[in-house]
Amino acid sequence: MIPQNFEYSAPGNLRDALALLAGGNAKVLAGGMSLIPLMKLRLAAPEHLVDLGRVADLKSIREEGGTIRIGATATHYDIESSPLVRGKCPLLAEAASNIGDVQVRNMGTIGGSIAHADPAADYPASFLALEAQVRIASAKGERTVTIEQFLVDALTTALEPGEIVREIIVPVEPANAGVSYQKMVQPASGFAIVGAAARVRKSGGKVAFVRVGVTGLAAKAFRATGVEKLLEGTSGSPADVQKAAAVVSDGADANTDLHASASYRLQMAKVYTARALTQALSRAS
Amino acid sequence: MRPETPGMASRRPSRHLIFNAFCHNIIDRQKADSMKRKINLTINGKSFTDEVEPRMLLIHYLREVAGFTGPHIGCETSICGACTVALDGKAVKSCTMFAVQADGREVTTIEGLATNGQLHPVQEAFWNEHALQCGFCTPGMIMTSKQLLERNPHPTEEEIRHGIEGNLCRCTGYQHIVNAVKAAAAKAGA
Ligand SMILES: Cc1cc2nc3c(=O)[nH]c(=O)nc-3n(C[C@H](O)[C@H](O)[C@H](O)COP(=O)(O)OP(=O)(O)OC[C@H]3O[C@@H](n4cnc5c(N)ncnc54)[C@H](O)[C@@H]3O)c2cc1C
Ligand code: FES
Ligand code: FES
Repeated sequence: MIPQNFEYSAPGNLRDALALLAGGNAKVLAGGMSLIPLMKLRLAAPEHLVDLGRVADLKSIREEGGTIRIGATATHYDIESSPLVRGKCPLLAEAASNIGDVQVRNMGTIGGSIAHADPAADYPASFLALEAQVRIASAKGERTVTIEQFLVDALTTALEPGEIVREIIVPVEPANAGVSYQKMVQPASGFAIVGAAARVRKSGGKVAFVRVGVTGLAAKAFRATGVEKLLEGTSGSPADVQKAAAVVSDGADANTDLHASASYRLQMAKVYTARALTQALSRAS
Repeated sequence: MRPETPGMASRRPSRHLIFNAFCHNIIDRQKADSMKRKINLTINGKSFTDEVEPRMLLIHYLREVAGFTGPHIGCETSICGACTVALDGKAVKSCTMFAVQADGREVTTIEGLATNGQLHPVQEAFWNEHALQCGFCTPGMIMTSKQLLERNPHPTEEEIRHGIEGNLCRCTGYQHIVNAVKAAAAKAGA
């Protein structure tokens, strides 16, 4: 399997990378874990690849003003093993550690995953539950959008030609919060048949805060606000969790493929949402 | 076999088309040559410099240009892990990477593990525990197991199975591979 030939550039800094991309003909190469398989099948045949792998500072993970900022080329392994992410945004570390296999996590990047926007990717569930923001850069300037604005459809994002994902911004999780990512694994690829991410906080014996994101179920990941509303204010009993999780699929246009039918996915979304909520509640204090 | 249908002859490419294709081939080759890039990398401690097309996959470079046939091509679709090598100490599937991405970096293949004829502890454990049958998956399996033990010297059985998820074996049923990784860990801890 040999891809079509292409021109290759490996700029050392962001400015050069953005200048190369400004023409609109070039495509970004990050970890290559989605792009190279597509190129080998000749489903993608870019004329020019701009490798972000050597761009300095695009990989950094840092804390700033109550947020954690993760550079686009941080790999899934960088994220799962970062003490900062594990300590202050454990949901993202958990999601990263669930992606594919160790070789994929060593190469694949957070920016590449989100830019590729695979409907079965793991991160989007957590990004939605975290109400993440995406910092976008181009030769013309920068803009920051919410994750909901960023994810447009299956394999479609708000990125314009010449733009790259520069950073993902997530909040620092309060110490008393509980989080969980639960995924039904497609055994051959490791992708999510469905995946549910939950964040909860308790206060005075009641569930005070709930965020739920779901991936794999529909063309794009979504935030399950119906579930959140039903659970907030309850005592978080198993019955409350079941009742809330039962509405996760309401209104969803579920995917059907060789691995799972739409009705199976709809059912599994409820099961995995309930599991994520149960575990998150047990971890919250 | 399909019977020869009437009109078949007219579908044979004309001389003109053949000439065109020939010219295109030359142009394509010239274009490909001009796209070539010089890379310099270290493989198993030795420095290599070559001109390669950017589209050349690292596995093809290792096997066909540099002559390291230890890493195998199993699926060529990023699934089986037979092509696993270490890039700057990290296990990667060399069929899902371009050789140009390895420019300036250090690659270790299975051939680079033994030192002075002494097998690497993971290789030795695979030998002792009969962790292979046909051996096709073994170079990749060992590279991944080595990575696992570097990051987690005392893995549980579950952690071993999670750690080698990216490598498929069609022969052993994995049990002896898991045993070998355990044995290598125990030996390192002893
Ligand atoms: C065997 C296997 C199993 C996998 N299993 C899973 C899984 O279980 N869960 C999961 O979520 N994913 C899985 N993946 C996909 C993996 O997470 C990829 O790493 C990820 O989707 C793409 O990231 P990348 O850095 O490799 O991007 P690339 O493949 O380099 O790029 C992907 C796309 O994004 C664009 N791009 C890359 N970076 C940027 C940027 N900074 N700005 C703008 N555009 C950019 C590229 O142009 C390309 O179109 C798997 C992949 C493989 C090969
Ligand atoms: S040959 Fe590379 S993963 Fe199978
Ligand atoms: S020993 Fe034959 S594939 Fe693993």
